[in-house]
Amino acid sequence: MASASQPPASDHERRPDARTHQAAADRLIAPGHDFGSVTDTISQIVLQRRTPRGWWVGFALGFLLLQGLLLCTAKLLFEGVGVWGINIPVGWGFAILNFVWWIGIGHAGTLISAILLLLRQEWRTSINRFAEAMTLFAVACAAYFPVFHTGRPWVAAYWLMPYPNTMGLWPNFRSPLIWDVFAVTTYATVSAMFWFVGLIPDLATLRDRAKSKPWKIVYGMAAMGWRGSARHWHNYETAYLLLAGLATPLVVSVHTVVSFDFATGLVPGWHATIFPPYFVAGAIYAGFAMVLTLSIPLRKFYGLEDFITLKHLENMAKVMMATGLIVAYGYTMEAFFGWYSGNQYEGFTIWTRMTGPYRNLYWALIFCNVFWPNLLWIKKLRTSVAFLFVSSLVVGVGMWLERFVIIVTSLHRDFLPSSWGLYAGTQMDWAAYVGTIGLFITLLFLFVRFLPAISIFEMRTLVPAAELPEEAK
Amino acid sequence: MSAESRLVPAIKLDLSGVRRRLDGTQRRTYWKSLEELAETPEFLEFLHREFPRQADEFTDPAGRREFLRVMGASLALAGLTACTKQPEEKIVPYVKQPEEIVPGRPLYFATAVLDGGYAKGVLVESHMGRPTKIEGNPEHPASLGATDAQGQAAVLGLYDPDRSQTVRSYGEIRSWQEFLAVLKPALAKQKPISGAGLRILTETLTSPTLAKQLEDVLAEYPQASWHQYEPAAADNARAGALLAFGEAVETRRNFDKADVILAIDADFIGGGPANVRHIRDFATRRKIRGEQAQLNRLYAIESSPTLVGANADHRLPIRPSEVEGAVRQIATLLGLAVSGGSAAHAAWVGPMVKDLQAHAGASLVIAGESLSPAAHALVHAINERLGNVGKTLSYSTPVAAAPCDQSASLQELVAAMSANKVDILLVLGGNPVYNAPADVPFREAMMRVPLRIRLGLYDDETSERCHWQLPEAHPLETWSDARAYDGSATILQPLIAPLYGGKSAHEVLATLTAHADRTSYAIVREHWQARLGPLDFERAWRRTLHDGLLAGSALPEKAVVVKLGDWTRGTPATVPAGLEVAFRVDPSVGDGRFANLGWLQELPKPLSKLTWDNAVLMSLATAKRLGVSSTSNFEGRVESAGEPTPQGTLTDVVEVKSGGRSVRGPAWIVPGHPDGVITIHLGYGRTRVGRVGTGAGFNANLIRTAAAPWWDTGVSVAKTGERRVLACTQDHWSMEGRNIIRAASLEEYAKNPEFVKEMGEEPPQDLTLYPPHPYPGHAWGMAVDLNSCVGCNACVTACQSENNIPVVGKDQVGRGREMHWIRVDRYYAGDPEKPESLETQHQPVLCMHCENAPCEVVCPVAATVHSDEGLNEMVYNRCVGTRYCSNNCPYKVRRFNFYLYQDWDTKTLKMQRNPDVSIRSRGVMEKCTYCVQRINEKRIDAQNEGREIRDGEIQTACQQACPAEAIVFGDQNDAASRVARLKAEPRNYGLLAELNTRPRTSYLAAVRNPNPEMPGPTARSAGQLAAAAGFTPDVADLGDVPERGRSING
Repeated sequence: MASASQPPASDHERRPDARTHQAAADRLIAPGHDFGSVTDTISQIVLQRRTPRGWWVGFALGFLLLQGLLLCTAKLLFEGVGVWGINIPVGWGFAILNFVWWIGIGHAGTLISAILLLLRQEWRTSINRFAEAMTLFAVACAAYFPVFHTGRPWVAAYWLMPYPNTMGLWPNFRSPLIWDVFAVTTYATVSAMFWFVGLIPDLATLRDRAKSKPWKIVYGMAAMGWRGSARHWHNYETAYLLLAGLATPLVVSVHTVVSFDFATGLVPGWHATIFPPYFVAGAIYAGFAMVLTLSIPLRKFYGLEDFITLKHLENMAKVMMATGLIVAYGYTMEAFFGWYSGNQYEGFTIWTRMTGPYRNLYWALIFCNVFWPNLLWIKKLRTSVAFLFVSSLVVGVGMWLERFVIIVTSLHRDFLPSSWGLYAGTQMDWAAYVGTIGLFITLLFLFVRFLPAISIFEMRTLVPAAELPEEAK
Repeated sequence: MSAESRLVPAIKLDLSGVRRRLDGTQRRTYWKSLEELAETPEFLEFLHREFPRQADEFTDPAGRREFLRVMGASLALAGLTACTKQPEEKIVPYVKQPEEIVPGRPLYFATAVLDGGYAKGVLVESHMGRPTKIEGNPEHPASLGATDAQGQAAVLGLYDPDRSQTVRSYGEIRSWQEFLAVLKPALAKQKPISGAGLRILTETLTSPTLAKQLEDVLAEYPQASWHQYEPAAADNARAGALLAFGEAVETRRNFDKADVILAIDADFIGGGPANVRHIRDFATRRKIRGEQAQLNRLYAIESSPTLVGANADHRLPIRPSEVEGAVRQIATLLGLAVSGGSAAHAAWVGPMVKDLQAHAGASLVIAGESLSPAAHALVHAINERLGNVGKTLSYSTPVAAAPCDQSASLQELVAAMSANKVDILLVLGGNPVYNAPADVPFREAMMRVPLRIRLGLYDDETSERCHWQLPEAHPLETWSDARAYDGSATILQPLIAPLYGGKSAHEVLATLTAHADRTSYAIVREHWQARLGPLDFERAWRRTLHDGLLAGSALPEKAVVVKLGDWTRGTPATVPAGLEVAFRVDPSVGDGRFANLGWLQELPKPLSKLTWDNAVLMSLATAKRLGVSSTSNFEGRVESAGEPTPQGTLTDVVEVKSGGRSVRGPAWIVPGHPDGVITIHLGYGRTRVGRVGTGAGFNANLIRTAAAPWWDTGVSVAKTGERRVLACTQDHWSMEGRNIIRAASLEEYAKNPEFVKEMGEEPPQDLTLYPPHPYPGHAWGMAVDLNSCVGCNACVTACQSENNIPVVGKDQVGRGREMHWIRVDRYYAGDPEKPESLETQHQPVLCMHCENAPCEVVCPVAATVHSDEGLNEMVYNRCVGTRYCSNNCPYKVRRFNFYLYQDWDTKTLKMQRNPDVSIRSRGVMEKCTYCVQRINEKRIDAQNEGREIRDGEIQTACQQACPAEAIVFGDQNDAASRVARLKAEPRNYGLLAELNTRPRTSYLAAVRNPNPEMPGPTARSAGQLAAAAGFTPDVADLGDVPERGRSING
């Protein structure tokens, strides 16, 4: 990868940042690949004429669930948010929970794209493209909830925006929900830009290789006239780096702001300064789990084991474990401060999480997010693809439970016992959740079918032929 | 200007014509019919004539009158069709402004609402001819300006769309003339036999006019008879007075003069014709101002938990079968020659009797209706012995017209009907088919009567079995009269013409005599003309209408002397094995007459906090014995009845068998309920009443007998295995050791008046980066005196009425979505396994209007903001419904419209709404506004008059209704205001003030007045309360959080 001080190499086809050829055990690309085979392998997934039957099955499933989402949204709009399980005192339920869950999942994409880029972790190369796509789709799923969870989405959709209006009314800038609006829209915009800019050279490749005229035109327009000239590469590198620089703070800021929704509230169990780092770590944790959940079947079904190697999976498992440990630290500190603060409400909230009506969910959360990641200390498990796949699902569930525990158990028993209540998601709650998973699957399948799921040009920098001679370094 | 002359012309003008047309329609509901009616060609013509032909009509005096008549009709219709989209119409102002009517300004009319036939004086707020809100009449002795929840709901009863709307016979719509055509020949047949086949059944009556009319009927038909029945009649009290004095008397209690009160199963707070007055008088003696305190002391012996027990300084929960023994024991200890006393509770009764003796002449013993006649007589003797007569209580002749043993009266009627001696049965009000005792076969017997006529507000169980159902005019839409508990007479004046063409009992009775076709107005007025004399009658009549009562009409005190008799002898009762059952009138829906009023169905019952259901109430120990489920926390401490779920509270259904009869109902644990007893409330299990009440709960009358109307022994209760979901608004029993309600004994308070401050910290006001917000003008605030609050719920219904708060139904309440802006929290302290240790405390909670409001910062669209007078305001139009404000509200007083809860379609309900308060739609948050509409109304008044708003001028709806005067609202910037003075009291504290919310609503700690010589738990003391982590004395019940609470409790 080019650093700012290093001009790109003269050979356009050769990316300047290819470095050593790894030992076989932890190589990032299988031996035997050259520029041509990399390009062929990846682009043929998109350009092949026949759509594989498996793709149709997966897409149909996602699309079906998406229809469910539309149906339950229609019911929601006609009847009101009462179709969900929310009540007083638990004013936020599945909707906010799922919002935070999806936003968290989205984090891995930005992290892989931007931070690992800046840190020159070249193992990111084969996973960054679909991690970024995943980010976008997860943000799209997340965005559904804050809009539709409001009592009047038709006005909430724009009253939260600071738009000039004749009444001189502005949103309340003190409200964390407004910060959310800014954080999430910024994040979505930068992620989309980053993803698209990264796609441009590959779109050009597809344009050049597409057999049919319409696809040539479509890809050609999307490639924005990319010819691969030195000036193009120079501009590209600068833009990509700038975007990476822009996106990096977002990795931290988005979930920090999301955590403010809770941390600035005075609800015991929410009002904690540890929330921002703990949320960010949780987001990365969940995001990497989701990348694993997606990449393992992807490499299997499309035969991409050569590009997404065990080394990638293991690295992701390590990040997952590290962030999982930070999350576990967060739980410990929540419990510790519940006691150490001497505040009876905080103490009670922690205690009721552990022993109250939702204790099963709390202990399930501890199992998923504290016990299970520690199994990844074992190298044998860490390098077992099947185990990693199961782990990624366990973490996904764990992080969902975490949000449930934070949101619901804090609200269900707060200050005045007279107002205590219980909460459970209704069928409509589940339908919305599963429906957004359907949306996610749908978008993901479309992405895999029509765009290169792995960055072709970046992968080409990893083949031996791209290695710079020693003196060039 | 008297109210009468304002009203009478209006009645003649507006709806009578419309109603006549209606008699012919076949529509089921009135308002649909009216819409239909509005679209008939004649009616359209009727309306449209105003404009095209106006020019010449204006010059023609007759035409102009016609025009005014049309205006009257269209005005009445404007009321009916409010809020719907109207076709484009031109508006013509009044040509002649009706006197006193200023659009947008309500008028108030004095009248009364009826409770068991007795009058409770009220002022009814009327907007442009629509009564919208009930307030107490400050001049009426049974009100003194306050009301109870049922009184507040009267206005909903008026507009109830499920009321009986037309004359019906066999389900077919008929006209009044058709009814008369049937009645006249039947009566003609009675004439020769002196009415031997005519029976009239009423409820308890106090109406002098009605009594006179009945007398007239009986004079015309000497063989006819008048029976009375209602399920909660004061038969035992009457029988007790007969035993003690040889005559029936009315007992009048002066709680304000009593230092020590003993209530024996007497719920003087929860019900009765004088409960509002009793609460006021009782609470007056619970007020502490500064250091001086002359608190009264309340002892309660009860076999079923009530608000009296909850407010008592000492409470003795015992079985119903033990009560008489205890009364005899008290009488014996007081030196009366009484036998049959039981020493079972000597440790409690002994010191209590000493206390009574120490306050002889300033003590008061009261007996509830469930006590036997002998016990009632004994209580009369006890009061006499204590020298209380003439001081804390007095006697008068009965207020009710022709008081009788109603149970016996009903049985006589049933016997006559069974013997086929009755040809015409006229049921005026009441609902005997539903509420007759199980062993009195009223329903079967009445089916033998050839002509059964029913006048009723609802087409109910009794109507279903009558040949004729006549729609009864609601007390707010007809002329009538009634007496209060002390005999003061009030003339009931109509606020609106009968909505559904209802007839009053006066009009129906008039058809029996020669005076058919007379209006209620004529009948009532004529009666009073005869009573008051022709001299200056008009003046007296107007004054009476204006004041809401006839001055000096209270019955004089009567000197009576107890004559000891057989009843002093008794045998010590043995406590029977097995369960006992106590029957009580439901605290919300009464004996079932209010079953179709959503406000009352959804009103959480003071102790159980159940809505929409009655239940088999029992103690925890009894529940455990029966295997009825409860929910415990991790440490095994039981914390709530049943099993709370997100959809409501699941509880076991039990079958109650008594004397070969049985009913099934959900079991519910009430801590403090005596063991071995179950309580079942009457008033539920209605099968035919309306959309609201039909099907709620189960009918206790099915196992209640005339022989044992209030309690019975030998009851068996068994779990059925079935479970049911109940809607309870507060499952949790304990305060969890938090300083929510602060209390001390009088002794502790005297020692340390600052005890409240030591129970919770309040952060310094400068603990913020922001400069303090100045409130240079008014700073509205509220103080709630927990020592006065008795938990009666009047505030809740008053708020619901004032602020157009919707009823959401059982399902939604079960899901935690009730909409009340003010709620009364109930907490228990003590061991729920030991009923005698249990203490109950109530706390009304409404929006605190925090100066640092947590809700305001988090709202993304600034829909909840602070006013410059310190109100936390909701801007409904701006609200997008994120519910973040509610999450962040530590008091959870915000309410969300999860669905479209407001009824936008039922036209009568629209008429009820307060036009000064917005109707909230789906998806917005709402909450208490401190009745901002009332603040603004008074602000405008003050500005118009060029003066400041006076202290006490603005009363919030809850404050105005509160019989205990526990709620005080005002400007806390004005140091002389009542609220500022209360807030300066040492007992003043802010709920959860440690969160630095700086609530504008503050509470005055409760101070109990326990007798140090009494055994068992004394009232909660400061030390105890700080440590009273629910039912365990240890704060540190958190296990791993041993220091919890200490730092806050100090």
